[in-house]
Order: sequence, then structure tokens, then C-alpha cells
Amino acid sequence: MVPTNYYVILSAILFGLGVLAFIFKRNIITIFMSIELMLNAVNLAFVAFSQALGKLDGQVFVLFVIVVAAAEAAVGLGIIILIARSRQTLNVERVDLLKL
Amino acid sequence: MTASLAVFFALAALAVIGAVSLIVQKHPIHSALSLIVVMIALAGLYLLLGAEFVAAVQIIVYGGAIMVLFVFVIMLLNAGVEEHTSISKMAGAPGLLLVVALAGFVAATIARSTESVETTLQTGEIASTLGISNMIFKDFVYPFELTSFLILVAVLGATVLAQREKS
Repeated sequence: MVPTNYYVILSAILFGLGVLAFIFKRNIITIFMSIELMLNAVNLAFVAFSQALGKLDGQVFVLFVIVVAAAEAAVGLGIIILIARSRQTLNVERVDLLKL
Repeated sequence: MTASLAVFFALAALAVIGAVSLIVQKHPIHSALSLIVVMIALAGLYLLLGAEFVAAVQIIVYGGAIMVLFVFVIMLLNAGVEEHTSISKMAGAPGLLLVVALAGFVAATIARSTESVETTLQTGEIASTLGISNMIFKDFVYPFELTSFLILVAVLGATVLAQREKS
């Protein structure tokens, strides 16, 4: 049996890498993917604690997180398509005006 | 070292390598493929934890639906190699500092708080999928119905956002 600590530490590492990607990447799609990575890291902690405490609440929350992530991906990618169409770029540094 | 620990370290290494690869790769399509590797590795970890339903949902929804959507949009927009300006290179150092501080804070919190959790560790013998379905359709039935409404609104919003304006 793997100690819960290991899972939580792995989750923290993945979350940190997600934050790193969020800060370092300049492509708006990759930034969006790093958000998904952070959500996945949190899901791992949820499942690990649900297993450690012997309760299933954590796994139900993971399902809700996945549903919200799917909705977020649909809306976010719609916004990205809109940005790419109006600015002809995916670089976030060139998307610095609210109004064209 | 027991077999489960070996499997855990293999999957954990795969997940971390995939996450690092997401940062290092220059082309968005390579980053997307790296993220799929992370998600498959996490599905394996869920199986190791005895959460087989979550593992299946992870592969079907994340690995299947969401990442296909990402790859589709990357190809649709013909996204190329990302470009860095001098300002974004300058912002790297404070960003790295911020991440190190965040990781240190999280690690310190974990080290202090999970000692009590470790002692209550149980074996993966709870009837996982049956229990989850009972919880979703009894205890969490109103949030569950709300999520279906959320999906409906999201699909409507995405359709309205992505359609071409009539001129």
C-alpha cells in the first residue's frame, strides 16, 4: 500500500508544474492546458484523501470537477477561437486591449 | 519495495515527465500530447487507489473528449511555435521565484498536516462504483442535476461564441 503522503506530494508537484507552465507559456492554448493540469493535480489529491479516509465524497467531487472542466474547455476554446479570429494571433502578449 | 509502490513510482515519474514536457515543448500540439500522457498516468494512479470509476471517467472525458477538443482547436487555428518577447523572458525569474515559494508553502503544509491522515490509511476494498452511484443519485442529486444544466449553458455559450457574425 502506498502512503497517502506520496500521492499528496505528487499532486503538489504537478500543481506547481501547472503554475510554472501558466506563468512561462505565451501561447493561449498552452496556458489553458496548464489550467487543466492544475485541475488534474487537485483531482489526484481528492481521490487520495477519499481513499485514505475511507469515504467516497472525494471521488464524487472529482466527477463534478471533471464536468466543470469539460464545460470550461468548451467555453474557453470558443473564446480562444474568437480571439484568434479577431486578432490573428494566439500570443497573449499581443492580446492586451479589451477593445480593438 | 512492494509491487504497488513500484507501480506508483513508475506512474508518478511518467506524470511528472509529461508535465515537464508540457512546459519544455515549444509547439502547442506537442504540449497537448504531453498533457494526454499526464492524464493517462493519473488514470493509472486512480486505478492503483481503487477508484476504477474515476479512472474510466478520466480516460473517457479528459483523455478522450477534452483533449480531442484541444487538439482540434490547435489544428483548426493552425497554431505555430510560440514566440517569446524580451519582456516575457524578463518575467521568468520572478515567476520561478513565485513557484518555488508556492511549492515550499504547499510542501510545508503537507508535512505538518498529513501525519494524522497516514495512520488512518485503509485498503482499497470499498465498493467504489456502487458507492459512488449511490452518493451521486441520493446525497448529491441536486448538484448532479445542476451540472447537467451547467453543461447545457456551456454548450449554448460555446455555440454563440464560435459562430460567425452575420454581416
